[in-house]
Amino acid sequence: MTETAMRIQDLTRDFGTVQALDGLSLEVPSGIIFGFLGPNGAGKTTTINLLLGLLEPTAGWAEVLGFDTHTQADEVRTRTGALLEHSGIYEQLTAEDNLEFYGRVWRMAAIERQGRIKELLTHMGLWERRRERAGNWSKGMQQKLALARALLHRPELLLLDEPTAGLDVPSAAAVRDDLEALAAREGVTVFLTTHNMAEAERLCSQVAVIREGRLVAVGHPDELRARAGGPRVEIIGRGFNDDVLTLLRGRPEVVGAGLENEHLAIDLREGADTAPLVGLMVGAGVRVEEVRRGKASLEEVFLTLMEEGR
Amino acid sequence: MVSDTLTVMWKERKALFRVRGRRAQALLTLFSPALLAVYFPLQEGAEWVESPLSLLLAFVAPLILVGLAIPDSFAGEKERHTLPTLLASRLPDRAILFGKIIACVAAGWGVTLGLLTLSLAIVNLVHWEGHVLLYTPAILLGDLSISLLVAMLTAAAGVLFSMRAATAHEAQQTLMAVLLIPLLILQFGSLFILRSESGRSRMSEALRTVSLEQVLLAIVAVLLVLDAVLLAAAAMRFRRARLIAD
Repeated sequence: MTETAMRIQDLTRDFGTVQALDGLSLEVPSGIIFGFLGPNGAGKTTTINLLLGLLEPTAGWAEVLGFDTHTQADEVRTRTGALLEHSGIYEQLTAEDNLEFYGRVWRMAAIERQGRIKELLTHMGLWERRRERAGNWSKGMQQKLALARALLHRPELLLLDEPTAGLDVPSAAAVRDDLEALAAREGVTVFLTTHNMAEAERLCSQVAVIREGRLVAVGHPDELRARAGGPRVEIIGRGFNDDVLTLLRGRPEVVGAGLENEHLAIDLREGADTAPLVGLMVGAGVRVEEVRRGKASLEEVFLTLMEEGR
Repeated sequence: MVSDTLTVMWKERKALFRVRGRRAQALLTLFSPALLAVYFPLQEGAEWVESPLSLLLAFVAPLILVGLAIPDSFAGEKERHTLPTLLASRLPDRAILFGKIIACVAAGWGVTLGLLTLSLAIVNLVHWEGHVLLYTPAILLGDLSISLLVAMLTAAAGVLFSMRAATAHEAQQTLMAVLLIPLLILQFGSLFILRSESGRSRMSEALRTVSLEQVLLAIVAVLLVLDAVLLAAAAMRFRRARLIAD
């Protein structure tokens, strides 16, 4: 296995006058979970289609597992498991036949195929219902089946387009555990897109954020959070008003202050002390119930990055 | 390539006509060829096996059956969002294309042969003449080859229409309209010619100069050329990049 699972250089894709991807350059190390974040229409699905060699780039190139996605797309697809925007489950077939078909597609020997199908369906809690038509299943069960299909041939690389979308909380948690285990124990590289920032924060060793087809940030979630700003304090209580906000914004250690979901969020300079600010607020008539210190969440970083582009 | 094509055929065999709500449509579609296979043999008796009447079944049955199956297999896969995942697999484009075509043609042709056999059984049961009646060799060869070539023609045209259609239903309607128009023109043209005395005499004169075998051969040749052209066009157009970009 190469140390770098993917190399993307100036990758561009136009659809007529629309530029879906604009000079994307990125490196994804092997054996990690890499989060690819962006709002709807940012170019995430186009990127996955380009990486699988399903689309030809307008300019630039990409190398996946050491193979050029344009000229050696067959090699890329042979070594990759994909869960795309839609689950791709054949609803008219049984769950077992869905996996049987893809097992044959990946040219797995009959015994290996049957063993692997049983292993995956048992692990996903679907074995007892394997002979039911997948079309009669809930979206969550279909998504689990689709994930089992992506893992069937033990690929070196998984490309997952929102793998936990539509799953209930326990199922989503189980999928996240599975992905962590795959990367940690089996060295599988996982390239996933998600709108769930908490998921990206928990799972991903590195994330990239794209907006309108362009890369706007890349790094470990902690790096991105640190880059977005210094410490922040969140105050829960009553009596926040414009006078209090003006008072806080006038303090030298305060970078910004504002109300978020009826909580007061204050961005501070590095090394700033919280106690004087709390005292100031109490003096101004605020009834403080709880004070939390921390850094900006990945979601806040993401929103800031999206806001910067406007 | 062969093993990949067989894999696609395996899936198609399992999925054919199994789409919810389409089974009733499939049975309804089967009704008209089945009616042809029962009504005409009952009415015509020995004429059914000795005249070119059964060629009507050889034309219509595969056209309707494959015309229903192919859009469901191609445009239906797009409509149900299963195509991108299939294209993201290691299967070559040609294996997907030909696996689907062969499965649909085999199903359509197989049912047509079953209907031809059924009509032969009806003739023998209802119009028993003391010996088993069989299709004449020319008619039998015509039925076999024409039904196969019409099935392939419908399949190839179906692929091309499916690639442009958003739904299986849209592809089915366009395909049927386009394939039935030449047949209707042929039918109305014949009726127009046969309306006048001079037309009838010219037609009978023309038919006297050619044998049934020559007519069948000409039809087979035309179908072969059309099949080759449409299959080549389908193979050229059925490419991942085009399918995903569309």
